[in-house]
Amino acid sequence: MRLCCLLNVGRASVASSILPWSFEPTMHSEIIYDVLVVGGGNAALCAAISARLTGSTVLVLEAAPQALRGGNSRHTRNLRCMHEGPADLLTGSYPLSEYFKDLLQVTGGRTNEKLALMTLRESSNCQEWMRQKGVRFQRALGGTLHLSRTNAFFLGGGKALLNAYYRAAAAMGVEIEYDAEVRGLDIRDGRFHSATVLRDGGTRTVRARALVAASGGYQGNLEWLKEVWGDAADNFIIRGTPYDTGTVLRGLMDCGVKTAGDPAQCHAVAVDARSPRFDGGIVTRVDCVSLGIVVNRDALRFYDEGEDFWPKRYAVWGRLIAEQPDQIAHAIIDAKSMGLFVPPLYPPHQAGSLPELAALLTLAPEALERTVAAFNASVQPGTFDHAVLDDNKTEGLNPPKSHWARPLDTPPFFAYPLRPGITFTYLGVEVDEKARVVMKDDKPAENVFAAGEIMAGNILGQGYLAGIGMTIGTVFGRIAGEEASRVVHG
Amino acid sequence: MSTVDSVPLLQLLKDGERAMQICNACRYCEGFCAVFPAMERRLSFSPKDLTYLANLCHDCRECLYSCQYAPPHEFGLNLPKVMAGLRRETYRKFAWPSFVVNILGQTGPALVLSLLLSPALFFLGMFVFHGPGAVFSAHSVEEGSFYRVLSHGAMVGGFGFVGLFVLVAFAMEFRNFWRGTGGRADSWLDARAMGRAIRDSLNLRYLGGGDDQGCAYPDERASSTRRWYHHLTFYGFSLCFASTTLAAIYHNFLGWKAPYELMSLPVVLGVVGGLGLVAGPLGLLRLKSIQDPEPADPLQRRMDIAFLVLLLLTSGTGLLLLALRETAAMGVILAVHLGVVMGLFLTMPYGKFVHGIYRFGALIRFAKEERES
Ligand SMILES: Cc1cc2nc3c(=O)[nH]c(=O)nc-3n(C[C@H](O)[C@H](O)[C@H](O)COP(=O)(O)OP(=O)(O)OC[C@H]3O[C@@H](n4cnc5c(N)ncnc54)[C@H](O)[C@@H]3O)c2cc1C
Ligand code: SF4
Ligand code: SF4
Repeated sequence: MRLCCLLNVGRASVASSILPWSFEPTMHSEIIYDVLVVGGGNAALCAAISARLTGSTVLVLEAAPQALRGGNSRHTRNLRCMHEGPADLLTGSYPLSEYFKDLLQVTGGRTNEKLALMTLRESSNCQEWMRQKGVRFQRALGGTLHLSRTNAFFLGGGKALLNAYYRAAAAMGVEIEYDAEVRGLDIRDGRFHSATVLRDGGTRTVRARALVAASGGYQGNLEWLKEVWGDAADNFIIRGTPYDTGTVLRGLMDCGVKTAGDPAQCHAVAVDARSPRFDGGIVTRVDCVSLGIVVNRDALRFYDEGEDFWPKRYAVWGRLIAEQPDQIAHAIIDAKSMGLFVPPLYPPHQAGSLPELAALLTLAPEALERTVAAFNASVQPGTFDHAVLDDNKTEGLNPPKSHWARPLDTPPFFAYPLRPGITFTYLGVEVDEKARVVMKDDKPAENVFAAGEIMAGNILGQGYLAGIGMTIGTVFGRIAGEEASRVVHG
Repeated sequence: MSTVDSVPLLQLLKDGERAMQICNACRYCEGFCAVFPAMERRLSFSPKDLTYLANLCHDCRECLYSCQYAPPHEFGLNLPKVMAGLRRETYRKFAWPSFVVNILGQTGPALVLSLLLSPALFFLGMFVFHGPGAVFSAHSVEEGSFYRVLSHGAMVGGFGFVGLFVLVAFAMEFRNFWRGTGGRADSWLDARAMGRAIRDSLNLRYLGGGDDQGCAYPDERASSTRRWYHHLTFYGFSLCFASTTLAAIYHNFLGWKAPYELMSLPVVLGVVGGLGLVAGPLGLLRLKSIQDPEPADPLQRRMDIAFLVLLLLTSGTGLLLLALRETAAMGVILAVHLGVVMGLFLTMPYGKFVHGIYRFGALIRFAKEERES
């Protein structure tokens, strides 16, 4: 058998270093599944369930152990849904036109319009489908009330959602294997034959009549990140799962599948520098940037902290910090701002004076004092109001602070060290409206489908809209599952 | 003692503070229960805050299964377990008089007292004062037959005294809790807050998982079984209590002497309540035997079981007494029943029963905070 695209880009730490990697599968399974789903997150489970509901036998291969299953989806909290009127727990209405406008704005138009419109339209019936599978919803969370109109929140968050999906899938007879990493794909001329799986220290071949690739981005793969971002990637913190290594994505690319999404882009936010390298999730974010100033290693400011509301700006700060020397920055506030933001996980550094704070942060004290003095001197009188774009701004300062600029003059001073926290990478495979991957010759593959982060780049060429990741995964997961069944059963 | 102290309070408080810091930055479980909204009003978590929050927690366990930071994640967060540990400490810390909890707060002594000592004393009393003839002979359901084996004065005197003591103990414990968690007196004047706290207690709202689909007990699936068994237990107990109170009124104010007819109100209430108090604790014991141990506090388990067993024996012997009250076994069963009831009462202020008192206090506080925010 010719395995056209076996890969060696896997997470070195997990598998390839433990095992002498053998290209010769050690075991052949007699079973031929109708649909093989690779991945164990939202998109994978949606695909598996809908393939099963349309009459296919389904095997799910999840690289993570059971207790850590669910990829980045386990860190999520909501999905963005179009709705014409108050729906369930969603307030007001969020019509297609507005949703699409929002999408165009964040992507700067870099989106496949046809796929995007289909996704947004389909988002209106996601909630109903999800409920039927046991997913529970709740009102918008404290601190995220601005999303109560557009985003449906999962009761208990993404892990609770996944638990419901896994239970539903198991109940309907979907087979699930954990600790099962797909390391190779046999795809010839746009037709999938089998996958090579690494499990229990051995490899085996799994045959299926159709493949759904729902294995996320490659942000968990440090070597790949370094290929793109150089040594700066050594200082990146990966907010989600270490199991999203892009092995399958690379495999598909090697098999001649066309890519979508910017290869040099990732979604990154500012997270606490003390966070775990992987899987720190939502709690590592720091939400006080707009209330104070942010300085780099040289104690210099580098961007307008008050440019816009934090929810609209939090995603630019990851990239901004990644561009700073040593990829480190510090958000500094004074006593006036304590309590005005969701308290972060790690306690702030705290000091009675700026030089003392500088010492704690290993910044040059004079440099920090200079930066703060210049900032304080340029703050114009105004009325502070964090709920609106207020008139508290700086004058004659570069970069300026456009809103919520209050002098840092009330001790104690607090600082949170920041690093770039990577949410996901944008590079993915191109798909058509049936979720079939598109080959380099622009023809859709016969029986290879993709859903979720691995194809999100079709819709998100760049930028991000809170909650659309889960929407894309749910919509395309369902389509991929159904279409895979259709290919199998005709 | 050594086992009870094996996770010292300080460590529990540290774990609780850390858990709340993680949760407060996350908030994904906000929809499950009152703990999270209460947490969100706070930036730091003093021992007082933690004690309040722990007693606000109804142990529905949803937040373990939903938590992306649960073990084996390096944060190793297990909020239900931490909360259960803190609650256990509450039961010790606020007990009144405090030294008694060191004896009766222990499962062994509590059971010995209730199941052996106290019934034996009743039996001895009957034997000494009324003689073996009265105790072992067959009885009729004529008025006052119970008092032939145990004088009414002794019964009222004994139970009146113990009842009063237990009430005082509960009051003191509630006061200790209220002060020890920093509660404010004006909550009591807020009728709406009180109304809500009473409602949320009586329908066990927080065993509903936020959307009334139930809680993650005995395993990760949402289920209402525990809520219903708890209702059977609580309302069964209440009916039994009502039955006894009514009987006391009959006796003391109307001059009607027990035993009462089968269709009389005290008997009907007692039977219905007794059946609830058999089915409820049995169900809860069964759930406990198959529960997922991961979110449970192992040290709390014995206390829970002891309390459930006592409840079960109270109702069981009560029903048995009704069934066999015309036979020669009546005297013995009466002694056992009264002994168990006495033991239950005596150990209540130091056992699992107090969770109701403290949860109610926490719910009052929560309702008040909600109204003010
Ligand atoms: C902290 C955080 C919060 C987020 N919050 C939200 C939110 O609230 N709303 C929202 O819409 N989006 C959110 N996102 C983005 C969201 O997580 C993704 O868009 C979404 O989860 C993608 O789903 P997926 O199923 O495609 O990928 P994942 O959920 O990442 O699943 C990929 C799966 O593939 C498995 N896998 C990978 N490689 C292999 C292999 N070779 N073999 C076998 N299995 C493999 C992984 O183990 C994993 O189970 C958040 C992301 C993060 C990091
Ligand atoms: S228990 Fe876990 S998921 Fe729930 S709020 Fe706390 S940290 Fe978040
Ligand atoms: S166990 Fe249930 S009641 Fe307790 S904190 Fe968790 S979700 Fe709330």
